[in-house]
Amino acid sequence: MQGVNIKELTAKPEKLASGHRSCAGCAFPIIVRTILAATDDDVVVSCATGCLEVTTTIYPYTSWNVPFIHNAFENASATLSGVIAAYKSLKKKGRIKKPVKFVAFGGDGGTYDIGLQSLSGALERGEDFVYVCYDNQAYMNTGVQRSSATPRRADTTTTPVGEARQGKIEWKKDLTKIAIAHNINYVAQASPHNFMDLLRKAEKAFNTKGPSVLIVLSPCPLGWKSQPAMTIKIAKLAVETNFWPLYEYEHGSYILNYENDNPKPVSEFLKTQGRFKHLFKKGNEMLLKEIQDKIDERWRQLRTLCGKK
Amino acid sequence: MKTEVTGAQAASIAMKHLNPDVVSAFPITPQTDIMMEFGQYVADGEVSTDLILVESEHSAMSAAVGASAAGVRAMTATSSAGLALMFEILGVASGSRLPIIMNVVNRALSSPINIHCDHSDSMDCRDIGWIQLYSENAQEVYDNTIIGTKLAESVKLPVMVMQDGFINSHCLQNIELLEDKKVNEFAGELKPVNSLLDFKKPVTIGPLQLTDYYFETKRQQSEALSDAYKDYIKFCREFAKISGRSYDYVEEYKLKDAKHIIVALNSTCGAVKDVVDELRNRGEKVGLLKIRMFRPFPYERVFNALKKCKSVTVLDRSESFGANPPLMSEVKNSLSSAHVIINSVIYGLGGREFTEEDVKLIFNNMIKGKKVKHYAGCRE
Repeated sequence: MQGVNIKELTAKPEKLASGHRSCAGCAFPIIVRTILAATDDDVVVSCATGCLEVTTTIYPYTSWNVPFIHNAFENASATLSGVIAAYKSLKKKGRIKKPVKFVAFGGDGGTYDIGLQSLSGALERGEDFVYVCYDNQAYMNTGVQRSSATPRRADTTTTPVGEARQGKIEWKKDLTKIAIAHNINYVAQASPHNFMDLLRKAEKAFNTKGPSVLIVLSPCPLGWKSQPAMTIKIAKLAVETNFWPLYEYEHGSYILNYENDNPKPVSEFLKTQGRFKHLFKKGNEMLLKEIQDKIDERWRQLRTLCGKK
Repeated sequence: MKTEVTGAQAASIAMKHLNPDVVSAFPITPQTDIMMEFGQYVADGEVSTDLILVESEHSAMSAAVGASAAGVRAMTATSSAGLALMFEILGVASGSRLPIIMNVVNRALSSPINIHCDHSDSMDCRDIGWIQLYSENAQEVYDNTIIGTKLAESVKLPVMVMQDGFINSHCLQNIELLEDKKVNEFAGELKPVNSLLDFKKPVTIGPLQLTDYYFETKRQQSEALSDAYKDYIKFCREFAKISGRSYDYVEEYKLKDAKHIIVALNSTCGAVKDVVDELRNRGEKVGLLKIRMFRPFPYERVFNALKKCKSVTVLDRSESFGANPPLMSEVKNSLSSAHVIINSVIYGLGGREFTEEDVKLIFNNMIKGKKVKHYAGCRE
């Protein structure tokens, strides 16, 4: 797999076929296809309830050309643990010989919130699998309700903008750090706009012994109130403004994957999306500044962790 | 081979003989003894099982679903709150037609929290699509687990084997074990239709079914339970050949000419049998109908067993708040065309003692045509 170029990638068999029902401009098909292209071994997919599951498995059709299981919202990791145990048992008996890779996909609701316990359990047990969170920053499948991954001030259907309150009050949970706190070997943040970086990270995750976690920003035109054609640009802006830094945690070390001496202001990212529209109204300058300050503070912390001055 | 074991040990020994590929477990009183014992078998290399020690019962059932969907024999065990936490995934297991085997050590549900026996946990799961087998003693726990495994894998439905917490699970009893080889021959090898580890035929398990397909899937599931009803008796007969122990949907204890009959589940049946013997010695025509299979429910068998008697008292160790209690409700349904007096007694909630004296009082009131109190052993 090492050093694969884009041309070779396009020749690989599609593990998630086209024809599924995800929205125009949805980022997760790109994320899923890129990640699954990162291994040539047989792979089993476990998927939490959410947009990815409902848009790809409408009976009697399926978009999955690889074995796939959906159990419930909060248990993609525990379910996959069962599949891995079955594999180990059959391998011990010599009834299966080839190496098999295991990957779980969940949205931010199924990962940061309701599925966190199941994920934490599987990480602690050291299951040999890759967990991928496609983070679109709210419960999009049920109609854009806030999750613990929703950024502060985002307008969602449960944190609407009103006279007394302007969007979500709380800051986004830092799941990447929570994953790292399990002392596993590989955790990374990625973005679909840089798919070679995503591919490389997925490859690393598949080849790491024990659990790995990839958290991938997944722009959602429906929930972010953005233009479908802008998905990749918005993902890029998220990285360029340090809203979504690209970094890895590998065997105890932090590695920064993207750095700009003069990062763009976060407003460049926020203004592409209707969910932050209220922040640009007169009188809300402080709300915007507060977000910029937090991003700057977190960026400094991350740089320190990565050994930069 | 006779041996002295607890009900919990009987469950773990049956599991050992069936040598599941995957067992998932999370501790809860009074189920814990099953998993401690089984954990020792794993540590000693007596089974080839991959044991997953998960962080909750929800994950225990989720992992069992994953393993079973991968085409291997998967088991777990739980009690009370653990079963309640699994509830969502119990429906996934039965709806996905996965033959998971689970021992349930019956314990009261919160609130108030209570660790002792009643049947509110498994009764709350009676409509979730699992086969339910109830066990009077350790021997039946062992036998039900073995028969249940064959049944589950034959009709592709999950099965729960119940036993009373502490009363059965922690009491030493003499039971007859079978040789590993005989159990394996009887249970046979699991032959899955689909497996997540079959890469030549990739399957999507757990898809979204909307108004156009869901209904048919549920109907097939219901029909599978009817198949389980037919297969169960067939497997009981096969099991009798290897064990010498004959089982049926129900056990009819001195019912032939009985005028007054108690219907019950699990360990209480032992006490009722003793009282039946004593009253029979005094010439009273009394008997016991023990229900072994609660789901699917043997309506016809219950009707035939009870239709000729004068009065029936159904003992329920759980409430169905605002409705007839679960066992009473089914017995009443079975007897809708018979002219039999039916009394309902709730007893033993939260492990409240229920003695032979209590049983005697119920029988005496039935015999004398007096009112049978709805709550036995409960302060007014």
